[in-house]
Amino acid sequence: MACREIASVDWEPRIVAFLCNWCSYAGADLAGVSRFQYPPSIRIIRVPCSGCISPNMILDALKAGADGVLVSGCHPGDCHYISGNLYARRRFALFKNFLEFIGIEPGRVNFSWVSASEGGQFADVVKEVTGLVKALGPQKRLVKGIGG
Amino acid sequence: MSHTNAEITEGIRAKAAELLSSGEVAVFLGFIEGSIPMTLRPFVARRPEDAERFVWNSFCVMNLANYLPSLLKSLEPPRGLRDPVPAGPLPKVGVVATGCWSRNIVVQMQERQVDRKRLVILGVSSRGMVDRKKVMAMTGGREIFKVEEGEHTLKISGSDYGLEIDRWSVVRDNCKSCVHPDPVIFDYKIGPDSNRKADDRFAQIEVIEAMTVDERWAWFKNEIASCIRCYACRNACPLCYCPTCFVDDSRPQWVGKSIDPTDTALFHILRAFHCAGRCTDCGACESACPMGIKMRLFTKKLEKDVFELFGVEAGLDPLIQPPLVTYRPDDPQGFVIIKEKNKA
Repeated sequence: MACREIASVDWEPRIVAFLCNWCSYAGADLAGVSRFQYPPSIRIIRVPCSGCISPNMILDALKAGADGVLVSGCHPGDCHYISGNLYARRRFALFKNFLEFIGIEPGRVNFSWVSASEGGQFADVVKEVTGLVKALGPQKRLVKGIGG
Repeated sequence: MSHTNAEITEGIRAKAAELLSSGEVAVFLGFIEGSIPMTLRPFVARRPEDAERFVWNSFCVMNLANYLPSLLKSLEPPRGLRDPVPAGPLPKVGVVATGCWSRNIVVQMQERQVDRKRLVILGVSSRGMVDRKKVMAMTGGREIFKVEEGEHTLKISGSDYGLEIDRWSVVRDNCKSCVHPDPVIFDYKIGPDSNRKADDRFAQIEVIEAMTVDERWAWFKNEIASCIRCYACRNACPLCYCPTCFVDDSRPQWVGKSIDPTDTALFHILRAFHCAGRCTDCGACESACPMGIKMRLFTKKLEKDVFELFGVEAGLDPLIQPPLVTYRPDDPQGFVIIKEKNKA
């Protein structure tokens, strides 16, 4: 990611997506096999549960040059580990507010719930997140080396 | 010395000497005079005669709860990780606690860092502690030789000047917005209740929230620009006791060790976030900072959100769980992107 394009007409955002193994990753899979179209802007990282995503990981993605982050897990009540996403919900509510408080644009870091049967919704979420990040342009504030 | 401070100093000395000589506590933790004006140092008294050195005034800015977990451990017989806890009662520690320090002790109890049965807490209501940096700013850079505290004034003197200033004008920002100046748990209480309650608790945060995103980023960047990564804020914090700190992790290296603006920003974001739902706004981080960074505002924002979203304040009840290790099914989730069901 050393060589970064400046914002231009054909600039495409790079979004790191942390998807829970049991719902959202399967939802993304379903979107694929159902041939739902969505922008090729996300790089998927499969994780056991949205509850295991710590702010460290989100910031690490931004530090390495990601333009946006999407964290997606099971709908509340559907967690494979009973309540991982409910802990995550509290954590993310605070973290998103805090990032906005210190001046990271709203829309850089996004959260959603997508179940394994919601291929269409997954495509919609990616479309929306891509739109949000695209409107903001390249992320520069927390990229190491060019931060600020 | 003001009347109240003299009374509290006497009370602490008498109670500490009594507890030490009766053998109820093995050590007593308080403050003694430091070597330069306006700087007190934490002190562990081990003999009853040491108790004579304790003092109490408006410069007790560090948080004594910070020392408790390691102090308690140092009094136990050495044992391996898997060895059982020795039978019989372990030595106790006596400690002075104001409102925020006692709340930190409650947080440490919730997180199993201290055992309430091993503490003897001497409660003191805080009148608000003084910010050393604010006093220094008032002298115009002249060296301060002596500071005497009156009831509502501070008498500052140097080699060629004397100055009397209003005490409340130099009180720390967090003390001015404090709503819990009285200790929440204690075994003995010294001095009167404080009878003060700030009404503009989150006023400082609301000012920043009203700015635009770019202004907030400029504020944040500017605030941490002078950070030298000395970690004094972390070391002064009674919530920081992880055996390995996230800044010391090398695989993965969450935060680089340089003073690159990104590394500094990540350090401050993560340090503040680690205190979410646990911080009692004691201000020790800010008081310890050699560069005068107002990092307390970051944790204050999290305190405000925890209060508004989950209705919890840190350190008020030892029997409940800290807000981030529990959940409610109906927690707010307005921030989550939820798409309408596709018409398949």
